[in-house]
Amino acid sequence: MTDAPLLIVGASMAGLRTAEGARRAGYAGPITFLGAEAHAPYNRPPLSKELLQTEGQGHADVAFPIRSALEEGVEWVLGRAATALDVERRVVVDETGQQHPYSALVIATGLRPKPLPIDDHGLGGIHVLRTLDDAVALRSVLRPGANVVILGSGFVGCEIAATAAKNGATVSVVSQSRVPLQRALGPQLGAELRRRHEAHGVRFFCGESLFGLVGDPNVERVILTSGVMLECDVLVVAVGSDPNTEWLQGSGLDVSDGVLVDAGLRAIGTDGTVHPEIFAVGDVARYPNPLFDEVPRRVEHWNLPTETGKRAGQLIAAQLAGDDCAPLVDQGFAPLPSFWSDQYDAHVLAFGMTYLADRSELVAGSLDDECVLEYYRGDELVGVCGIGMRSLVQSYRTRFAAPARA
Amino acid sequence: MIKITVDMDKCQHYGQCVFEAPEVFQLNADDKLEYKAEAPDDMLADLEAAADVCPMQAIFLSKE
Repeated sequence: MTDAPLLIVGASMAGLRTAEGARRAGYAGPITFLGAEAHAPYNRPPLSKELLQTEGQGHADVAFPIRSALEEGVEWVLGRAATALDVERRVVVDETGQQHPYSALVIATGLRPKPLPIDDHGLGGIHVLRTLDDAVALRSVLRPGANVVILGSGFVGCEIAATAAKNGATVSVVSQSRVPLQRALGPQLGAELRRRHEAHGVRFFCGESLFGLVGDPNVERVILTSGVMLECDVLVVAVGSDPNTEWLQGSGLDVSDGVLVDAGLRAIGTDGTVHPEIFAVGDVARYPNPLFDEVPRRVEHWNLPTETGKRAGQLIAAQLAGDDCAPLVDQGFAPLPSFWSDQYDAHVLAFGMTYLADRSELVAGSLDDECVLEYYRGDELVGVCGIGMRSLVQSYRTRFAAPARA
Repeated sequence: MIKITVDMDKCQHYGQCVFEAPEVFQLNADDKLEYKAEAPDDMLADLEAAADVCPMQAIFLSKE
């Protein structure tokens, strides 16, 4: 079995960074990517922004460059989803029934959008946005004058709203939250971003959900729980994501919410054993971050696929070289989460875990212009977020450390 | 040497690259990105890290 490759399930940013990390740390053996999507790894954030508003953009505009370290010894098996993992035999089975043996396995299968929370009656005109194919399909219907209803006011929903409004669509955002982006940015900044959206003609229906859909064969109107009815040519469902772990059911790994891993990003079984040759990276991995506390979490921020991939790559190289991994694992893993968002001329940059906060405080600038907010959980600084004022926001990088816990 | 190009039409001056390779990338007094167009080969890992963390994926590296 020594010839078996490093198998990376999920041809994603996290998978790519893991492979690069393993090569950088000295692993020279074969690597196989098994990806459900037909595309080589690409960057997802433009899917709700540039690519969504620019006719003709495609994979080449968002693809990650494949660096020289991965030009040799890498096999790409794309357009095929994994369906099962046999931990004992060290084999992954794909949807065609083909078996893929591995020396080390990386789980990088990411997330998929949660579905419409009510019956869709098989109607057309209902979209989600996660993949490149999703974005191309949505772009083709975001025409000037189209009535676009977006369910959900997180980053994906708000960025689609901004892009659709810029494209001349009539945009309504329906959300159970009191203000958009409430969970990530808190009520102050959320209200300000709502104001900026409204200045571009976006209407918000907050504290609302969908009651029903009208139309045949495509959606024509949506009915909100308050009874309000909205014209709707395009309904975008952006109410969060679920981890792609169905293929790991029965494997013995703890997949109760993503893949539970240790500080070496090594998968933990339902019986608590660590699997030293199985790793999880990116959005699908659940791990504690000692900068904040000891609670294992899945964190969907854009920089973490890269951070987890680099970290796992180091461990994989050590594991496959037969080295003792314990010293590397004992170094701990405490990546500083970072996220960013572009909506109109607001370029938002944040560090930390803002959504752990119970309050936010404006510390510089003014909300309607450039500003910086600090986020606190009790007395503990857990996040910072700014519109503009980059140097000040960047200066917070070193200020996160959980207070010693007895 | 490694040649560094930043697509300044894409760049939103987030400054994430500055943290990874401060010898090459800087935010100036107006919080705008400035960078050196060349760096020695031994900086490749840092420069790749800077390119990786760029939210706009606006940093391009090539061998000279």
